[in-house]
Amino acid sequence: MFRILHTRQLSDAVFEMGVEAPTIARKVRAGQFLMLRVGAGGERIPLTFSDWSAEEGWVRFIFMRVGKTTHALSHMAPGDSLADLVGPLGNPTHAGGLGRVAVVGGGVGAAVAYPVARAMVEAGDDVTAILGARNAGLLVLEDEFRAMGVKLEVVTDDGSAGRKALVTAPLKELCEAGAIDHAFAVGPAIMMRFCADTTAEFGVPTTVSLNPIMVDGTGMCGSCRVTVGGKTRFGCVDGPDFDGHAVDFAELMSRQRIYAEEERVSAAAYEEECTCRPKE
Amino acid sequence: MPERDARERAGDFSEVGLGYSEEQAREEAERCLQCRNPTCIEGCPVNIDIKAFIAAVQRGDWADGVSLLKERNPLPAVCGRVCPQEDQCEVACVLAKKGEPVAIGRLERFLGDFDLACDARHRCVAVPGEPTGKRVAVVGSGPAGLACAGELARLGHAVTIFESLHEPGGVLVYGIPEFRLPKSIVAEEIDALRGFGVEIVTDAVIGATHTLGELREELGYDAVFLGNGAGLPVFLGIPGENFNGVYSANEFLTRVNLMRAYEFPRADTPVWRGRKVAVIGGGNVAMDSARTALRLGAEDVFLVYRRTEDEMPARREEVHHAREEGVRFEMLCSPVEVLGQDGWVTGLVAQRMELGEPDESGRRAPVCIMGSEFTVDCDTVVVAVGTRANPLLSATAPDLGLTGRGYVETDEDGATSIPGVYAGGDCVTGSATVILAMGAGVRAARAMDGWLTGA
Ligand SMILES: Cc1cc2nc3c(=O)[nH]c(=O)nc-3n(C[C@H](O)[C@H](O)[C@H](O)COP(=O)(O)OP(=O)(O)OC[C@H]3O[C@@H](n4cnc5c(N)ncnc54)[C@H](O)[C@@H]3O)c2cc1C
Ligand SMILES: Cc1cc2nc3c(=O)[nH]c(=O)nc-3n(C[C@H](O)[C@H](O)[C@H](O)COP(=O)(O)OP(=O)(O)OC[C@H]3O[C@@H](n4cnc5c(N)ncnc54)[C@H](O)[C@@H]3O)c2cc1C
Ligand code: SF4
Ligand code: FES
Repeated sequence: MFRILHTRQLSDAVFEMGVEAPTIARKVRAGQFLMLRVGAGGERIPLTFSDWSAEEGWVRFIFMRVGKTTHALSHMAPGDSLADLVGPLGNPTHAGGLGRVAVVGGGVGAAVAYPVARAMVEAGDDVTAILGARNAGLLVLEDEFRAMGVKLEVVTDDGSAGRKALVTAPLKELCEAGAIDHAFAVGPAIMMRFCADTTAEFGVPTTVSLNPIMVDGTGMCGSCRVTVGGKTRFGCVDGPDFDGHAVDFAELMSRQRIYAEEERVSAAAYEEECTCRPKE
Repeated sequence: MPERDARERAGDFSEVGLGYSEEQAREEAERCLQCRNPTCIEGCPVNIDIKAFIAAVQRGDWADGVSLLKERNPLPAVCGRVCPQEDQCEVACVLAKKGEPVAIGRLERFLGDFDLACDARHRCVAVPGEPTGKRVAVVGSGPAGLACAGELARLGHAVTIFESLHEPGGVLVYGIPEFRLPKSIVAEEIDALRGFGVEIVTDAVIGATHTLGELREELGYDAVFLGNGAGLPVFLGIPGENFNGVYSANEFLTRVNLMRAYEFPRADTPVWRGRKVAVIGGGNVAMDSARTALRLGAEDVFLVYRRTEDEMPARREEVHHAREEGVRFEMLCSPVEVLGQDGWVTGLVAQRMELGEPDESGRRAPVCIMGSEFTVDCDTVVVAVGTRANPLLSATAPDLGLTGRGYVETDEDGATSIPGVYAGGDCVTGSATVILAMGAGVRAARAMDGWLTGA
């Protein structure tokens, strides 16, 4: 059992959780993920480490409430325990020696972009962060990025915070100005695809952090397979980072929807049994 | 042995075989001739004293039978269900030549179940040895790891098993389905091992949570046994293999068995329930996948295999069960492409094969018949063509000697290139059998004992 130490609601649908996990905390590096199970009968879901302390023995992650498991997770409080927490899984994101990097975080992708940007800054890269969300209510970690002291561009689809634009607009400007040597993008698959398309025009190498559906997270099932450069790769062990210009995003998006119907059934059943209704 | 009706059982996940009653067990045991030269024993990979345990059944002395079995096989209730006896002890039984060998496997299962039905205090378990003060880490909780841990504990060593999944048991829990091996049996055996003082740490991936080196240097284990299996699924590399609805057998079976997707939405993990399912392969894994698909409600399940039924590596009994339950066999054909539309599988293109000249292994090699492609409709494809070594652990253990195919290299006792590190089971041999994995675990435990105590 893994004891929950801390919870925080970052926006309507985005939450942060800190869990006691001293063994794992010693090992985590930016870009790696964990798999957790809330309780018996629960699904194993992957989430990226957003923060950790080897000294104090905890790890944190930030999640968006989208379906049953993340919903259940959002109702848990300090003192409760998670049945399972496994990690750190996947390869760390490459940081250092990249030069001028644009780090793009779309929606809850900001949670993944945050530790990555921090690792890059620590490794001496020159980071410009671009945070995007549909609206101000979904924007997370803006203050944390500011506190890091990197250049920051905030955009929203409806202009309710920052500039009214998609993340690709500032990204394209940076490319046009010849102001970046590398890009890192994480968020919804469609956003990563447009980011990769944007940078491809300028020949700016671009890393994307993919989020295929996973079961074990250790290379045992192949659920997470993605096509990169015409080859099948396993997202959990070969990734999650891949060359954005070589990823077959259409396939990724199609595979992410395999269980759309079951997810709906599961969420509906959960709504029936869930006593602590989230406040609107 | 009584079995549930094929039509009834194909609709649920409860066990197929019902096991012997006491009378049936004695009656079957009476058929044993108690040969002076019991050839059955040579047929058993771990040389169980079969003649003696059957004699105990003849006498009705169940407890004695159990202890004789457990001298060589720590998990008789498991092996009695899943061992390929027809290729091992039973084929070697003198009565096999006369038509029907003694049903050694079923008698083993009977005794294993008798033991499990006893409450823990009356079980036939070895006593843990005098503590030696040595600590051993066992990586993986499949049959190799469990058997090794049990034997090490019996020899007095303090054992911790590290398992990457959230539940121990290896293929016994994530691969072999409930209807063939009830999970409660595996859980009982694992509880017994815990009662014996073996500690089991789940959610610990060696190669990620700890490396092999750290187990010894930071966590201070005096020796390590690697029993991490061969769990990396192999795909065919044909076009269309990433369409939605194409599964590796590992994923399909893990979702259903370990994650209990057949209880969805009571259990949270879903599985796509196809109506027309193609399973590619001819081994136990393919049979399990096909029979699982039927139980998930498929209307039509067919097996696509390159050779003929005679060459299929699956156990005879499983082939027979699959056929009885309605699995169709498409023999002598090989898939060339998965067809799809809007991201989902719609069919499979396969090519007819014929058996050519025998190859080095003596088996007649399948050769494709040019221009014989044909298409079958299906909405699900399960690829069950084997597994390989998973490099997760070895990639972080640079000193660990591997074979050309990525398996761990060991001597006969299971010793690897690193002193104090032993290995056994599928991670050494590639995908094999439960009993071979257990045998390797026990053998390595004894060698480790020698190494640890300087004997
Ligand atoms: C490497 C990786 C890192 C991730 N990091 C984060 C993160 O830091 N924060 C965050 O909010 N989300 C992250 N995700 C996505 C997160 O795993 C899903 O949102 C979560 O699994 C949804 O579960 P659910 O039961 O609440 O929703 P469901 O209703 O089950 O599904 C909602 C959506 O989530 C996706 N999903 C469902 N099950 C899985 C699964 N087992 N594995 C992967 N995706 C799944 C599906 O595409 C689905 O459309 C990450 C995914 C991956 C693969
Ligand atoms: C579907 C199926 C049906 C089968 N049917 C039969 C049958 O009827 N009869 C028969 O005799 N054999 C059968 N087999 C084969 C048999 O199950 C295997 O040969 C046997 O389980 C091998 O045992 P093992 O202990 O070496 O490995 P496994 O059973 O594979 O166990 C390995 C364990 O190690 C864990 N692990 C892996 N990597 C790590 C890591 N890095 N850190 C920590 N833990 C790790 C895994 O999660 C797993 O629990 C079948 C196999 C399958 C897949
Ligand atoms: S060979 Fe057959 S008949 Fe002879 S002892 Fe063994 S089981 Fe009995
Ligand atoms: S999640 Fe199973 S192999 Fe990647």
